[in-house]
Amino acid sequence: MLDPVILLPAAINGLTMGAVYALVALGLTLIYGVLHIINFAHGSLLMVGLYGAFFLHRFGVDPYLALLVMVPALFALGYVLQWSVIGRASHGSDQNVLLVTLGASIVIENLALYFFSADTQTIDTPYAIAMVDIGVALVSLPRLIALGASLALAAILWLLIARTDLGRAIRAVAKERQGARLMGIDVDHIFAMSFGIGTACLGAAACLLLPMFYVSPHIGHVFVLVAFTVVVLGGMGSFSGALIGGLLIGVTESLCGLLLGESLGQIGIFLIFIATLLFRPSGLFGSRLS
Amino acid sequence: MARLGIAGGMIVALAVPYLIRSDFWLGFLITVLLFAAMGMAWNVLGGYAGQFSFGHAAFFGTGAYASAILHIGFGLNPWLGLAAAAVAGGLVGLVIGTLSFRYGLRGSYFALITLAFAEVLRILANTAEFTGGGVGLYVPLKVGVANLQFESKLGYYYVALGFTVLSLGVGWALERSRLGARLMAIRENEDAARALGVDTFMCKLQAIVISGALTGLGGAFYTQYYLYIDPGIAYGPGVSVEILLVPIIGGLGTVFGPLLGSAVLHGAGELARRLVGDAPGLSLIFYGALLVIMVRFLPEGLMGLVWRLSRRRERAANA
Repeated sequence: MLDPVILLPAAINGLTMGAVYALVALGLTLIYGVLHIINFAHGSLLMVGLYGAFFLHRFGVDPYLALLVMVPALFALGYVLQWSVIGRASHGSDQNVLLVTLGASIVIENLALYFFSADTQTIDTPYAIAMVDIGVALVSLPRLIALGASLALAAILWLLIARTDLGRAIRAVAKERQGARLMGIDVDHIFAMSFGIGTACLGAAACLLLPMFYVSPHIGHVFVLVAFTVVVLGGMGSFSGALIGGLLIGVTESLCGLLLGESLGQIGIFLIFIATLLFRPSGLFGSRLS
Repeated sequence: MARLGIAGGMIVALAVPYLIRSDFWLGFLITVLLFAAMGMAWNVLGGYAGQFSFGHAAFFGTGAYASAILHIGFGLNPWLGLAAAAVAGGLVGLVIGTLSFRYGLRGSYFALITLAFAEVLRILANTAEFTGGGVGLYVPLKVGVANLQFESKLGYYYVALGFTVLSLGVGWALERSRLGARLMAIRENEDAARALGVDTFMCKLQAIVISGALTGLGGAFYTQYYLYIDPGIAYGPGVSVEILLVPIIGGLGTVFGPLLGSAVLHGAGELARRLVGDAPGLSLIFYGALLVIMVRFLPEGLMGLVWRLSRRRERAANA
């Protein structure tokens, strides 16, 4: 059963799926990892992005071109959501954030169910089934693009946080909210900006996902716990950690699916999640939690 | 005064089925009671001890499957199945609690790990053979009081009422017990509680076992009532969410909050159905919006509102 001829393609396949997980998790790293906003609506917001790209495709816009629309659109949605709902309703308590984002995700998801019905939808693109031969295995083109995009996105986010004034302000707010406010930083604005940037990442992830995945109101469920797993596994707030964590999770799922059967593939993810939380809550690359 | 009110409430609750005589409304009341009881179970852990679980489906589903499997496979009487389900739910609580509290998981970490446990169980139930896989399990129809199956909803109503009385009674006793006081101390400040000599690990563990056992009982009642269970119902996020909404809307850490919350929640859902018609996801839109609105404007729940109003009236009377 452990024949490399089967294992290697499965691992590579998992790696490309992992890139998709990393794409979804990168936004959460900023929201949950840096600012500790436990965003349960992350999956539903991805779903919004997917439906956006899906309807744009109906009007003849290529999903990769839709990036130009969906990224700013989801940024705006995230900014407004954090500024007007989550920030105000949470009264600064972690548990309230948990509940508010849960409530928001229930509303968003079921609005989609109400308007778009539960049917899963897919789009047809000429390159959806295009394969690239990388020597040891055939890899689908959209997945390869997703892999490249996740690397690029991680780099962009890192630059944003490490090198820009906005990034400096975000880090200041994450470390010491009151101190940041005293230094003249508009904390509510920075929170909303971070949330917006995190959701904008989902806009990008949605456009890159659409050619190889399906859309349904409940698609967020597939990703939300996986995204938390990736963030916790990679280490809170570490973009490279999220990237590596995502790839690792993808490979784990693929190999578990191969060894235990398709339906048990996801169980590997959740067991890793539980084990990480229990034994190494600071993640693989994070600094130790105080 | 309070005792008089409770006694009056009990008499009304006992007489209600003879007053309304409508199958639909009796079914509605059964749902309200079932979720009031399970909301109280969540409240023991979430409201009093301050440990928010997002995966109470782990207990609900285990109770539901335990009673169904023991009944179908081993011919266990469903009444005993209720007890078995409580034990199974408590055991799951023991496992999850030991693991997560031993390693000091708190806040969002605890919420996430409970959710992950429920998902693991859902996937297992979906694949395992003795749970019937994705098809689910049908409890054979054998109407009879001895079988915990009733011809009309009347019987189920009284069982659900008994369950709610038990659950709220546990909450009532907890509030007056040493354990309850310790749990509330943990909720307010865990480090300070430990510094004062409270064994926080043991207290939280007791809370999650009690909570798990009561929720498991609810799961078993659900199976007997609908005579069917599948992995999506048993371990899906829907149940976890509905169970936690009830005490949050009603009032965290109060005895009657879950009952009030369940009545308001399901009443609002029913109202939404009446107003807009039955569409998929509609009542859930209301549930979600209600959750956000409650946290925004009434973080103490409806019981907090009741208190505030009664205090104002007292002050007005004294002036």
